[in-house]
Amino acid sequence: MNYVSRFYYQYRRVIKALQLYLLIAGPGLIVMIADNDAGGITTYAATGAKFGYALIWFLVLLGPVAYYVQEMTVRLGAVTKHGHAEAIFAAFGPFWGWFSLLDLSLVNWLTLITEFIGMTAALSIFNIPPVFTVIIVIGIMMFMVMQGRYWTWEKLAMFFCLLNLVYIPAAFMVHPSVGSILQKGIIPNLPGGLTATLIFFLMANIGTTIAPWMIFFQQSAVVDKGMGKKDIPWGRLDTILGAVFTVVVAIFIVIVTGTVLYGMEISSAAQASTAMMGTYPLVGTLLAIGLFDAGLLGAICISLASSWAFGEVFGWAHSLNKRIREAPWFYAYYFFAIITAGLVVLIPNAPLVLITLFVQVIAVTLLPAALVFLILLLNNEEIMGEYRNTTVQNVVSITIVIGIISLSTLYAFSVLFPEIFA
Amino acid sequence: MEKLEPTGKSETCEGSSDNFLAKQFSKFTEINKKYAKPQIKMTPMVRIALLGLRIYLIVLVLVLVYKFFTLIRV
Repeated sequence: MNYVSRFYYQYRRVIKALQLYLLIAGPGLIVMIADNDAGGITTYAATGAKFGYALIWFLVLLGPVAYYVQEMTVRLGAVTKHGHAEAIFAAFGPFWGWFSLLDLSLVNWLTLITEFIGMTAALSIFNIPPVFTVIIVIGIMMFMVMQGRYWTWEKLAMFFCLLNLVYIPAAFMVHPSVGSILQKGIIPNLPGGLTATLIFFLMANIGTTIAPWMIFFQQSAVVDKGMGKKDIPWGRLDTILGAVFTVVVAIFIVIVTGTVLYGMEISSAAQASTAMMGTYPLVGTLLAIGLFDAGLLGAICISLASSWAFGEVFGWAHSLNKRIREAPWFYAYYFFAIITAGLVVLIPNAPLVLITLFVQVIAVTLLPAALVFLILLLNNEEIMGEYRNTTVQNVVSITIVIGIISLSTLYAFSVLFPEIFA
Repeated sequence: MEKLEPTGKSETCEGSSDNFLAKQFSKFTEINKKYAKPQIKMTPMVRIALLGLRIYLIVLVLVLVYKFFTLIRV
């Protein structure tokens, strides 16, 4: 009887903890999974096709990197109850505030265009014209926010997060050799030596792991969800699960392309999907669905990151818990960003490749600033109190930030001056 | 007198659009004023980090400008 009552007590405890987590879950999972956006999927697909399973170990390392950075936004948001844009204005003054806000809006808008490029390319595999794709996407994105409830938006976003898992069955369908994956992928190695191509791919994978919008998005989402100091442990768990999720998905994409397309030059995920159609039509279809979903998730989060940032700074009502008439400017900016980005993709002969390259370069102007501000804010005792970074956290996060800044800067230079890395 | 009414109305409209622009501009001024004094304590670490950021951004902008002009020349 004693065992039964103990078991029941533990069972109730676990159920209660799970229920509480499900209430708190969201920002960490969504931001991490949305990190595997259209550009991310392309990078992983190209990595698998180029190096097979050899760089899986590197993707595993990127999980903790993403977690350490994003965990700081959870603490900052929960303690200050301010988004990152507002926190920069308040702590560092108008110069850095305007720089961050305007740079963020430019980078996000350009990234939004790349998400639309990915989504239109994905659905064009099913013969859906780009104009319909743009209309469908804008329709979905408008529907998601028009409910006037953060909860509804978050659960819809989490549904799209689940769709991101299509890469897992896709990987099983191509029958990869588990032994080969473990042998080639788990032990750290540099396939072909430290060549310029390898460095380029490593930098591209890091670039897709931490993007400026992620910092702004998660902090604002934590605030909008109403998370407080007591919710920080749950926010951490949410972020850890998100980091695991994003790495798992990235690994399975590498497994798919590393198994079927190994040795092929892949320039886009849509190209990988089309190439799969010949031998594995169902896998090709799943890749296309996954690419569309990735682009949609990215677009949802990126556009919101900008709207929240402007709302915070301009003092507009800026919550998904408010209806359109209650927060007109917040939603106007959101709609303006998605509609204009969608329209750019429909312009005949628009320089979409140039835009994609430009995003990678412009993002590098914002990322170091956002990361440095994050570390400085997390070290400020007046702002963070007992939640400020510990010495260990500082050593880890500063190392990560220096690494990210160096590699993303190198990546931007390799995009600007490809001849240097040739 | 009645004919003057439309003019009066249009003046009101112009006035309101001027007001709107003025309101938006004053919003920027208001934000600048609100955040004029940085809250963060300017410790040597903060100063060095901000100086490093400034230098980094200046170099990056110069590189971008250089790339832009070399592209135009081609």
